[in-house]
Amino acid sequence: MKKEKQSGMTFIVKTITNLIIGFMLVFGAYIVLYGHITPGGGFPGGVMIALAYILVTLAYGRRVVESMISGVTGSIADDIGALVILILGFIGLYIGGTFLFNFLPKGTPFKLFSAGYIIIYNLAIMLKVGMSLYIVFLALAILQRVVTTRDETKEDKK
Amino acid sequence: MDVVFLLHLLLVFMIIGAFITVEIKNMLSAVISIGAVGFTLSMAFLFLGAPDIAITQVIVEILSLILLIRATVNVDNVAIEEKGESVFHNRTALIFVGIILVFAWFAFQSLAPFGEPLMRVSDYYLNNGLIMVGATNFVTSVILDFRAYDTFGEAMVLFVSISGAFAILRRWKREQHKDFLRIDREH
Repeated sequence: MKKEKQSGMTFIVKTITNLIIGFMLVFGAYIVLYGHITPGGGFPGGVMIALAYILVTLAYGRRVVESMISGVTGSIADDIGALVILILGFIGLYIGGTFLFNFLPKGTPFKLFSAGYIIIYNLAIMLKVGMSLYIVFLALAILQRVVTTRDETKEDKK
Repeated sequence: MDVVFLLHLLLVFMIIGAFITVEIKNMLSAVISIGAVGFTLSMAFLFLGAPDIAITQVIVEILSLILLIRATVNVDNVAIEEKGESVFHNRTALIFVGIILVFAWFAFQSLAPFGEPLMRVSDYYLNNGLIMVGATNFVTSVILDFRAYDTFGEAMVLFVSISGAFAILRRWKREQHKDFLRIDREH
């Protein structure tokens, strides 16, 4: 009984998760990539991608989602996002003379590759926000498991 | 229907939700009603014509609801007991709110009226944003090009907070506690 409870939720929740997870990831990627044309951007798209993995965590349990993206991989992706923003800033400083100068060509409006370095910046923010929120949820899941098992052992002693 | 009337309706709904959040005894119901307040706020942003911030508000509200429900659902749902000295706390809070309201009345006199914002900086962004940046979403062109350094700082705030969370929730220090180690071996 206890093992079933720890390995996730019911069959209904798992089926709905299987159906919906692809749409969530694609819509998150759309919001990030088209952030400079339509409303959206790196922050909401990143949170949406983090929510997709949090849904997997809630439905299937921590072991399954850690086999997809482990905590170490997520934290490395998080650091890569931060580093990309820093490198963009220093390239702008080297080329244009100001930190975070928009050094790429502007292109024609309403095209996917327009707006210079904004698309790279959005992708970096997506990595940063999505992976860090996902890692926070994983850490809280670990902590909660330890706390609840601790409470259960205390109750068993009583 | 007038937009201002709709905004007033949403504002009244949000105030009622906030009161329910504070006054209700069950913790889970309080979390649900604060979620209602957040979703109403995102609707208010939509009526004000800010789809960017409405999307962000909806998604962050979902995430915080998941975290809050996960934090409260396994805990015993007992409200905080009322203590005897709460009369003094209420009086102090009322006096401070009154002082803040009096000063806010004078402060709001000097602001621009609702619906007629000051367009000194915004005019420059709206006129030159498409030529200088090339992005058709002007919010993105402001936060990622004109004000890119602010966004950089916000991303780094998240980075520092994650580092702090991992410093507190780290595993290698927990290994020294025999209590935690025994539980980890059991499962």
